Amino acid sequence: MRDIFRTRRMWRRRGELKPRYDVVVIGGGSHGLATAYYLAKNHGITNVAVLEKSYIGSGAAGRNTTIIRANYRTPEGAEFYRSSVELYEHLSLDLDFNLLFSQQGHLTLAHSDRAMITMAERAEVNQLLGIDSRLVYNDETARLCPELNLSDDVTWPILGALYHPPGGIIRHDAVVWGLARGADRRGVEIHPYTEVTGIERSNGRVTGVKTTRGEIACDTVISATAGWSTLIGDMAGVPLPITTHILQAFVTEPLKPFLHVIIVSSQMHVYISQTDRGEFLIGAEIEPYTTYRGTSTFPFLEYSARHTLELFPQLESAKVLRQWTGLCDISPDYSPILGLTEVDGFLISCGWGTYGFKAAPIVGTTLAELVATGRTPQLIAPFTLERFYTDTLVSELAAAAVSH
Amino acid sequence: MSFLLPCPNCGPRDVDEFAYAGETTERPQGTPSPRELASYIHFRRNAAGVQREWWYHRFGCELWFLAERDTRTNEVLKTELPSTDAAGSPTPHEPATPDTPAV
Ligand SMILES: Cc1cc2nc3c(=O)[nH]c(=O)nc-3n(C[C@H](O)[C@H](O)[C@H](O)COP(=O)(O)OP(=O)(O)OC[C@H]3O[C@@H](n4cnc5c(N)ncnc54)[C@H](O)[C@@H]3O)c2cc1C
Ligand SMILES: [Zn+2]
Repeated sequence: MRDIFRTRRMWRRRGELKPRYDVVVIGGGSHGLATAYYLAKNHGITNVAVLEKSYIGSGAAGRNTTIIRANYRTPEGAEFYRSSVELYEHLSLDLDFNLLFSQQGHLTLAHSDRAMITMAERAEVNQLLGIDSRLVYNDETARLCPELNLSDDVTWPILGALYHPPGGIIRHDAVVWGLARGADRRGVEIHPYTEVTGIERSNGRVTGVKTTRGEIACDTVISATAGWSTLIGDMAGVPLPITTHILQAFVTEPLKPFLHVIIVSSQMHVYISQTDRGEFLIGAEIEPYTTYRGTSTFPFLEYSARHTLELFPQLESAKVLRQWTGLCDISPDYSPILGLTEVDGFLISCGWGTYGFKAAPIVGTTLAELVATGRTPQLIAPFTLERFYTDTLVSELAAAAVSH
Repeated sequence: MSFLLPCPNCGPRDVDEFAYAGETTERPQGTPSPRELASYIHFRRNAAGVQREWWYHRFGCELWFLAERDTRTNEVLKTELPSTDAAGSPTPHEPATPDTPAV
């Protein structure tokens, strides 16, 4: 009986920081932990410390709405996210931990002719790359989601949708804990409540980091700090094309399961899924102003509830249970920034905006490969920081502004 | 509650009445290289602290103005109408409408 209440540690509590590590990862979110995990698993690099200023998963990793999909607009993006979805499909097995990945399908609604054209384009790009994605009309949408209000008697009648069957939702905390456990078991040290306060450099290369718990020497620092990336970039002398915004979400009380597909409406800035616990999970787009303060707002609750009711009037008397925010690192082209910088040994994963959770496994594998081999993997070559200096952007505006 | 922003013309209003147009930027002088131009267009200080920034009273008097806001707390320290010596603002040869990123 007592065993039921035993605290099961997912990763070891470590003592003091060592004076030196081969690799220091800043940020104990999904990207930092995935990178550490794959460094150890795929390349045997285990003298690694993950430094997190708060608790593990305290950032966007523990606050996101867990949509995983590959139906992006650019060939570079679609190929990249497809590889990540494939890794997620095997991640439960790989980590020996049930992540509750449910590939229930993802519907992006079109409420205008223009949206239908954009969706048709996205479907074409996706199909060329072998991604299951197609345009559907209301007869099929009604079969996929009988509860959706498809009537004309609304502000924005639905004309059709982009249907992406492999799109799904996952238990985000499980992803974080599973990756942390996997990394820990292979020898990586995970240090929560350890804030990085400076990055030491000499002759244009990284030599160590300063933290609230002492200094560490290292040759490689990977910043996986999402909404805080600019501040870490400043420590390394690397300017970034990032602005930090909040993204909000809320859940209703648990209801009888009736929604078995993810619904996104860019027109109404709202997206909806039903979690395994039965809660309706509702999100929107970012707040337009930059901020590091994660306070929820009432207008968000008001307009996203109103828009949700246009799609699901039957939620009329559902009670709101919780509302929260997370920080997002928005890049100018809605694509990530990955890999090397002008400072030798300082690598970054940022520009994740509102869509980075789905990319954690592929970020982890590609950054680990980059550290181990010194070569940038082809898959992430389009996403260098340098592209903003040469103006060779990878615009995902059409596929990432509201759908995360 | 979001936060209130004092429009220099209309007084404190809910932030949702305004369009945000980003931190003030400084256009490179002379004949900038493509790299300098790209840096000016894309890179941002994204300060965690007091930031000088452009706002537009979209659902109000439709004036552009500058604010100083602490991005860690959203406390607005000051708002003012742009003058010719405001940061990132018109030189005497340019029109008085400030150069702003897309809203
Ligand atoms: C409400 C919301 C909904 C979202 N929905 C989706 C979705 O449906 N699908 C999707 O794919 N993505 C979604 N996202 C985006 C996704 O969550 C993020 O892009 C992704 O989690 C970022 O990577 P991460 O997990 O590594 O970041 P984080 O979890 O934010 O990790 C960064 C960590 O760095 C730490 N840190 C910062 N500074 C320091 C320092 N100086 N020293 C030490 N540690 C530091 C932070 O404390 C934080 O834990 C959503 C985000 C939010 C907020
Ligand atoms: Zn006004």
